[in-house]
Amino acid sequence: MSDMAPTLADVCVVACAEAFRGDGEIMVSPFGTVPMVGARLARATFEPDLLLSDGEACFVAGLLPIATPGAARPVVEGWIPYRTVFDMLWWGRRHVMMGATQVDKYGNQNISCLGDWSQPKVQLVGVRGAPGNTVNHPTSYWIPNHSPRTFVERVDMVSGVGYDRAAAAGEAATRYHQIRVVISDKGVFDFATEDRSMRLRSIHPGVSVDDVVSATGFSLTIPSDVPTSRLPTPEELVFINESIDPTGARFAEIPSRQSVG
Amino acid sequence: MSRTGSPAPQGGQGECWSAASTVPGEFAVADKRITEDEAISQLSSGMTIGIGGWGSRRKPMSLVRAILRSDLDDLTVVSYGGPDVGLLCAAGKVKRVVFGFVSLDSIPLDPFFRAARQEGRVEATELDEGMLQWGLYAAALRLPFLPTRAGLGSGVMDVNPWLRTVTSPYADGEELVAMPAITLDAALVHVNCADVRGNGQILGIDPYFDNLYLMAAERRFMSATRLVGTDDFSRYGPPQTLVVNRMMVDGVIEAPLGAHFTSCEPDYGRDEAFQSMYAGTARDPDEWEKFRTTYLEVDSEHQYRQAVEATAAEVAAGAIR
Repeated sequence: MSDMAPTLADVCVVACAEAFRGDGEIMVSPFGTVPMVGARLARATFEPDLLLSDGEACFVAGLLPIATPGAARPVVEGWIPYRTVFDMLWWGRRHVMMGATQVDKYGNQNISCLGDWSQPKVQLVGVRGAPGNTVNHPTSYWIPNHSPRTFVERVDMVSGVGYDRAAAAGEAATRYHQIRVVISDKGVFDFATEDRSMRLRSIHPGVSVDDVVSATGFSLTIPSDVPTSRLPTPEELVFINESIDPTGARFAEIPSRQSVG
Repeated sequence: MSRTGSPAPQGGQGECWSAASTVPGEFAVADKRITEDEAISQLSSGMTIGIGGWGSRRKPMSLVRAILRSDLDDLTVVSYGGPDVGLLCAAGKVKRVVFGFVSLDSIPLDPFFRAARQEGRVEATELDEGMLQWGLYAAALRLPFLPTRAGLGSGVMDVNPWLRTVTSPYADGEELVAMPAITLDAALVHVNCADVRGNGQILGIDPYFDNLYLMAAERRFMSATRLVGTDDFSRYGPPQTLVVNRMMVDGVIEAPLGAHFTSCEPDYGRDEAFQSMYAGTARDPDEWEKFRTTYLEVDSEHQYRQAVEATAAEVAAGAIR
């Protein structure tokens, strides 16, 4: 399969899949194409017990292709209307990977608005379920356009709650709070620092630490030895290209088709 | 599908109508049929109105259009928002929006809600989606509040400084958000099938929170794609699809395109072309004016349906695209 060289999109897919490693039998809710491919890849390989919804109101089983017209109807294994989604998430058996228009040093996320909330410069979709998600179960973020405008010192409106704000709100907020990872087109980030500020966990192949630093609007913790995000295995590449995303929908988020392997 | 009872009462407000029952052994039953305009005429400016559905899915749009035709204004709208919120904002009917999001699903943002917020024309009560559910549920259960973690530490607490926390009286001592009841003056929902008494059947995959809206409200109006005899519900779906019972409903509206242009599965999907046209009009005042005069400045829902059908026929004939 010589045409199956890994791309940056594939590295991001694998990073998203890795975010779900160890989650076991819980519901995962990936927002965005790359996270969706990642979650399905994780289930197809090392996390077979994950539950995935069809984006409407059903849990669906099996190996699921995305954006593939004419694909067979998936097998429904459960009913998950919105009222039940809220039950599951307050129960804690969920890991969500949301998008973020802004994310800050302590993992606060914003999808509500830009500028002053009372009369915003740009009204976005609204906080949605981010406040409840972040204080009830693990939350990760996928940001395909890493820049000083998306990685900011302070977000304009805290939608998803970061470590500093959760700590300030008290034990009821920190008890089940976890921002697992932030994944961008440049690398993977976590909060494994003393003050729970953001740390560079790995950089994607072809990206330098300097690239990451100059694209980030706050000071990151950079370990002395930064690993490179892992490449997909040949088996994973087959799953991605042949079974999960045969039409290449992921390249709409990460366009480069150049090999990074 | 048998349609039963006497013709829908005209202009009947607070009067008692009855219809022959379709159920053996039953005598006359309450007939709650009214039109969209009659329902909306029972509301007044300044009210808090809850709108069922979710995003651009199964919204009671024919009732929203009746509000657009009315002289109501200064409304507080509570919604998992879609084009209901956008249209009401565009028409200047809204004082405040209580929301967790406003989205058209296939189009991420509603341009008219955006404009209203960015130009400071509407006030906002922004909540976590689960807090909104909890507020409706508290109102439905006649409780002053329900405790939740959702909201803690988030900007929701900053922009709604009236929100309070409550400390658990038990050993854990946790300090949680006390989500207050969101009591509604009126609730509007759209379902697939209803009988004249106000039982409602939801055949789509997700009932959303429609029953909570109805239970949280003083005046409750339900439109339906079709009216059926009570004895016909079982032909459409099993008993668990009867999500709305008649205790929850004051007025029933027959509305074949009641959710248009939002989706009403399995009756019809979202009219994506129409929704794109709607969203596109935000870029050009002339286009909006054309949309408004063609589809909104009509005398009745019947005329709206005719306008939609005329557009569809023109598109099919290749006259416009």
